[in-house]
Amino acid sequence: MTKDECKKVVIDIIADIAPDEDLSTLKPDVRLRDQLQLDSMDFLDIVMELRKRHSIEVPEADYIQLASLDSCANYLTPKFNALSAKS
Amino acid sequence: MKPSRIVITGVGLTAPNGNSLAEFRQNLLNGVAGIERMEIRYMGSQLAGVCHYDPLRHQTKKEVRVGTRAGSISIYCAREALNDSGVDWAAQSKDRAGIYIGCTEHGNVETENEIYNISKFNYDTKFWSHYHNPRTVANNPAGEASLNLGVTGPAYTIGAACAAGNLGLIHATQMLRLGEVDLAICGGVSESIHTFGIFAGFKSQNALATHADPSKASRPFDLARNGIVVSEGGCLYTLERLEDAQARGAKIYAEIAGYHVNSDASDYVLPNPVRQAECVRASIRRAGLEPRDIHIVNTHATATPLGDIQECEAIRAVFGEGCPDTHINNTKSYIGHCMGAAGALELAGNLPSFDDLTVHPTINVDQLDPACALPGLVLNQPRKVAKVDTILNNSFGMLGINSTLIVKRFAA
Repeated sequence: MTKDECKKVVIDIIADIAPDEDLSTLKPDVRLRDQLQLDSMDFLDIVMELRKRHSIEVPEADYIQLASLDSCANYLTPKFNALSAKS
Repeated sequence: MKPSRIVITGVGLTAPNGNSLAEFRQNLLNGVAGIERMEIRYMGSQLAGVCHYDPLRHQTKKEVRVGTRAGSISIYCAREALNDSGVDWAAQSKDRAGIYIGCTEHGNVETENEIYNISKFNYDTKFWSHYHNPRTVANNPAGEASLNLGVTGPAYTIGAACAAGNLGLIHATQMLRLGEVDLAICGGVSESIHTFGIFAGFKSQNALATHADPSKASRPFDLARNGIVVSEGGCLYTLERLEDAQARGAKIYAEIAGYHVNSDASDYVLPNPVRQAECVRASIRRAGLEPRDIHIVNTHATATPLGDIQECEAIRAVFGEGCPDTHINNTKSYIGHCMGAAGALELAGNLPSFDDLTVHPTINVDQLDPACALPGLVLNQPRKVAKVDTILNNSFGMLGINSTLIVKRFAA
């Protein structure tokens, strides 16, 4: 998985979590919270959906890695690739 | 000191056969029921009263996703009631507004959904939703409405089984009289059709209605009735002290005339007609009226074989033969049993009678059960009457809670 593909996965999840938001202009290097109406429960949703849909675990200490699309991609892409290498 | 006079100034509702009072009333006069078949988890196709309001009229998609069905119904009804009331909501002191919502139960829907959800993950509870607790706390429906409306006054639910809709109005009346709030948004809601448990429970009690034609399934007082049609719905009112309503030139639907709440203390599920009659009598007494002064009695009857007879026994004991101007009807024959919303919705369906002097009938009575043959029953066709100055609404619930609410035509 490339980082761009990983961002697409995250955007797909956010589209379900924040269905009223326009995601077409999301800036990858800006904190998601600064661009979208997302609260702490929404971030828990992102963690839950990564777990449910992709079997990806994000420990609480790493939640900060989900701050922006870029940081999501940096943090999650190796996890996705490690998972696909296993399977 | 005489208690403040409390008046109804707004109505917002969603019923299986209407999403506004006007639509609901029209269908009650036209004999249009709102029962359909619905797929229920583990149980297959069942008869149910389903509401078809547009949640996005008053909620964002995210609010709908995060919240509960009962919360959504509450928000829809509260917003519709406020719009109807003409209250200047922007100028209203939000800390002087209260939300009091009757519920039969709350939380079963979400708990069932979560158990079903984790069943897909080998019952691993790490897949259990972090929304489960805020969705299942008993105050959820009122709390969601407070979030949507920005109400910072008291907002909570009142658990009173199927008497809860009346309890919402009664409690609001009491809070207004105590001066706790200046504007009350009150009534009842139900999301019951989204839990298989209520269907399965009634089925195990042999109390779940079956019929080939959904629109004929809910048939209180009919000899062939065979149980309850489970429905969702909601009806919230705005209540105000009369002087406040008059000061802003509000339209007044009716005045709260009397009420009573009591308990059977006799059985988990079986009604007690003696206590029901006591409840009805006490409400009439509180209103300063006699039974013959009541012009419409809206019954609670749910179409169970025994329950209908017992309520009729209670009504017969109170009204007897000497009440020629008392007309008796039932709204569940159209919409099934809307549980916590039942009392509030059924009252709303009768309020227009003050203006059109017409009593909506009980439909689906092909052969009246002789044990339910009360004088004044309005069957199958609307009845034009000379006078409607009072409406009495019965709502009873499990564990033996009884509530009766009387409203009267407003006269300054």
